[in-house]
Amino acid sequence: MRPEERPEEIKVGIADWKTALSPARLITLGLGSCVGIALYDGVNKIGGLAHIMLPESSQFREVDNRAKFADLAIPDLLKSMLRLGARRAYITAKLAGGAQMFSSADKRLTILNIGERNTQAAQRVLASLGIPILAAETGGNYGRTMILDTSSGEVLIRTIGRPLKII
Amino acid sequence: MASWESLNALQLDALKEIGNIGAGNAATSLANMLGRRVQMTVPRAGILPLKEIVSLVGEEEEAVACVELIVSGQAPSKIFFLLAEESALLLIDLMMGRQAGSTRTLDEMGVSVLLEVGNILAGSFLNAFAEFSRLTFIPSVPAFACDMLGAVLTSAFLESGYFSDRALVIETQFYDETVKISSHFFLVPEEQALGTILKSLGLEI
Repeated sequence: MRPEERPEEIKVGIADWKTALSPARLITLGLGSCVGIALYDGVNKIGGLAHIMLPESSQFREVDNRAKFADLAIPDLLKSMLRLGARRAYITAKLAGGAQMFSSADKRLTILNIGERNTQAAQRVLASLGIPILAAETGGNYGRTMILDTSSGEVLIRTIGRPLKII
Repeated sequence: MASWESLNALQLDALKEIGNIGAGNAATSLANMLGRRVQMTVPRAGILPLKEIVSLVGEEEEAVACVELIVSGQAPSKIFFLLAEESALLLIDLMMGRQAGSTRTLDEMGVSVLLEVGNILAGSFLNAFAEFSRLTFIPSVPAFACDMLGAVLTSAFLESGYFSDRALVIETQFYDETVKISSHFFLVPEEQALGTILKSLGLEI
């Protein structure tokens, strides 16, 4: 495909979420221990992508950015999709990220397992909202770029040194 | 409580000067280790939020190497040393006394070299801070990652405990007669620690 024929690509930053209508693609770059949550209504072809950094907002006195936390970002993203015309019953989810990027002989540097906790928090929040998770590409020790194609609901996972993966 | 935004030009100059002294210490340590001169300078120092740090260093999907240490003591912090993969390979050449461009992939030996440089830099910058502040800083053994910039940088902020979206950034340049290598050194103090450091440096806000 020549670049000018590509559908619009909308970038989702760190601690950010965005929605889009088919055929736009939502992309978030370089997920490490952060988790990307792609929500998709396959009937109305409406997509949403969140890039969360931390599992729970309740541990923080001040919440400067709701999109940073799994427990706030996912419900906010869902609401925004429903406002665009998505139907809750049609929405499904795909997850990526939640890696442990650093390795060390010093356990203090790796014991927190924040990547896994982010993944678990995303799973918990989705379960409480009744959104099924169709696929996940999480864990490991490598970074991932995640692209949601809102025309098909496919999620592309790009890494350094691994083949492109579609979930 | 001290916040990053409230630092003024004078305070930033003081931090850069401490960075320069740290770089001087590091150059001396490296010269002792290598038996030849390696120069270091600090072109810039400043305080930046995470989002701007990504664009300061490069593109989100660019391959980078990062050494991270936890600092305990009166001003608990973490520090990390980050450089583009290409620069990391050049730095390994420089440290090993090889011709620039000889190292093509990051193997175990290369990682050890980077960890050692990370240790030396951390020690040198911390000594400079300790001299001026009379605080004690105790660095941990290092952790290492090499992958996409976005993934590595956010994980450096998150994986050993999340304190802040902001860091003191000291840009560092290594060079000898033939090659110049840019890298960045970051200090992320825990919530109360920045105030402790500034107060001890006589830079109270």
